[in-house]
Amino acid sequence: MTTAPLLRVDGIRAVYGDTVALHGISLDIAHNEFFALLGPSGCGKTTLLRSIAGFETPAEGRIEVDGEDLLRMPAHKRPVNMMFQSYALFPHMSVEKNVAYGLESDGVGRAEIRSRVAEVMDVVGLGALAKRRPGQLSGGQRQRVALARAIVKRPKLLLLDEPLSALDRQVRSSMQLELKRLQHEVGLTFVVVTHDQEEAMSMADRIAVLRDGRLEQLATPQELYANPASRFVASFIGTANLLDGTATATGVEVPGFGVVDAAHALRAGSPATAVVRPEDVELSTDAATGLSGTVVDTYFLGGASTISIEVPGITAPILATVHGASRVARGDAVGVRFARAAAVARGAGAASVTGDAAATASADPATADAAQEEVSA
Amino acid sequence: MTETLQRPAPAARAGRVRLGLAPAPFLAPGMIYLIVFMAVPVGLLAFYTFFERGRFGGIVFEFTLDNWVKLFEPLYLGVILQSIALAGIVTLLALLIGYPMAYAIAGLSPKWRTVALVAVVLPFWTNFLIRTYAWILLLNNAGWVNQWLQGLGITDAPISMLYTPQAIVVGLLYMYLPLMVLPLYASLQQLDPSLREAATNLGATPWRAFRTVTFPLSLPGALTGCIFVFVPAMSNFVIPELIGGGKTIMIGNLVRDQFFEARDWPFGATLALLLTIFLVLVIVVQSAVSRRLTEGPRRG
Repeated sequence: MTTAPLLRVDGIRAVYGDTVALHGISLDIAHNEFFALLGPSGCGKTTLLRSIAGFETPAEGRIEVDGEDLLRMPAHKRPVNMMFQSYALFPHMSVEKNVAYGLESDGVGRAEIRSRVAEVMDVVGLGALAKRRPGQLSGGQRQRVALARAIVKRPKLLLLDEPLSALDRQVRSSMQLELKRLQHEVGLTFVVVTHDQEEAMSMADRIAVLRDGRLEQLATPQELYANPASRFVASFIGTANLLDGTATATGVEVPGFGVVDAAHALRAGSPATAVVRPEDVELSTDAATGLSGTVVDTYFLGGASTISIEVPGITAPILATVHGASRVARGDAVGVRFARAAAVARGAGAASVTGDAAATASADPATADAAQEEVSA
Repeated sequence: MTETLQRPAPAARAGRVRLGLAPAPFLAPGMIYLIVFMAVPVGLLAFYTFFERGRFGGIVFEFTLDNWVKLFEPLYLGVILQSIALAGIVTLLALLIGYPMAYAIAGLSPKWRTVALVAVVLPFWTNFLIRTYAWILLLNNAGWVNQWLQGLGITDAPISMLYTPQAIVVGLLYMYLPLMVLPLYASLQQLDPSLREAATNLGATPWRAFRTVTFPLSLPGALTGCIFVFVPAMSNFVIPELIGGGKTIMIGNLVRDQFFEARDWPFGATLALLLTIFLVLVIVVQSAVSRRLTEGPRRG
């Protein structure tokens, strides 16, 4: 990050009719970085991506690539390639023709086109399918074609719009690894838009979390997880026990529960939420150490188990993660201790989500346990 | 039969479910109607072509091939070729005018799109004879067009426009242009906009994106439109009669004249059958080409 950034987004504001899609987003992306724009649908991440590609014109702000003003360039002249969510493969052209399209548009010589297409098809493992039409390919294969088509021009910046959302779970996790490998191999800068926090966490060097058109936090995955900047980030990234209360000098005072120790810079007396990750919840069987609760349920997930504990004074159960199978059973009384907690300010905007002490990134059990696997990894 | 309904055959191709005989009750009414009112008359027509004409119309059942031989007389061959040429010109003009129109309509906002589509089909709500008479009022020597041309000082004397082959082309084009615009619009409108964005993103100028992506993918719609225009244009006999003045006869007039004026039913039947066979062949070729064009977009 010592050199000048590759992409500089400065104060981008985008408006559709009377709704504001982006409220002045600013961020820098470094050369060779794998960057993720993460947020729920409607947060403005796709609008930002499309503004960079030139399919949307922001109302205000500046976008620069290597110091060049992108917004002054028509879309077809920008040194940026994009992989579309729907892949947008040309159905009337063979795989080979699809991949060659960008080079042909630039008037590259025929011999060079042939060698570069062959090379990139090898990189994504598509050599044998060159003559097929997109309609004859599987979802995973189409995704590779879309990727090959987007990287064959060696763009300064590769934009990926929900690159994995159309794939089923198994293909998705292998493609995650592959995208990461590819990024190292070809040495491009990737900007990926996703609503899937697991995807962003496993692939990206840095993540910008967007919410309602505002940048909520920009940090490495580790930092986002350990030190979320807001209650929203804490609940969106991974699984967290969120305990709403008031900031004190040493932590967060949770009504009916006590003080949760957490280092923070919040003003004492301001509304705050203690964030406790499930793996930071320590359980003891003697139930004598401070807090105690009752086991409501246990979920065995293979490498780890999640235990849900009802603690008096807190409405939603506390989630704890332990290695291997659970040694406690439903109905057991257990002691609960928080090894580590973070504290975040609870703004007026967070009012709608207060009341639930535990929030997971997704209600979908499949995603929830995927998040859990990552927690234990 | 119920079993076939519940369980799609595993061999069925993607997107297609084989239902065996199950659809029969749904197909039957339409099929019976088509067979009775299409296959039977065409069969009868084919039968008539091999017999002598009666003196006052009708058929005399004496076998002959004269009717088929007569087709190759220069007079009739000329009319047939002229019909193909006129219908071809009309189709080409309809494509050239209709494509930009359909393209523009597909690019409008949903509200204005509806307005434009209603405007396109509006003429169909008026009787076509009335609309054809309107053209006579426009095109005749004392008609509006000539009045304007002279009023604006572009010409001194009226130009005779009515009762020319050009007038027939104008009339047919006017009549069938909506049939070109609608299928073209449908195929352009359902094109995924991200395809054009992808082309642009890969460095294609707007013109190249149109030429290499939008246009080829709209070809099936264009072909459908061409058939929709060519088939009725080729067999139309009212417009050549009214606007063409009966001088430039098309095959439709010829068929009509054979039955009602010349009272030569067998030869009229031969001409009608020839027209039918020709148009069926055109449609078969069109659907084969169209299938080849759309082979790609099939999604698994």
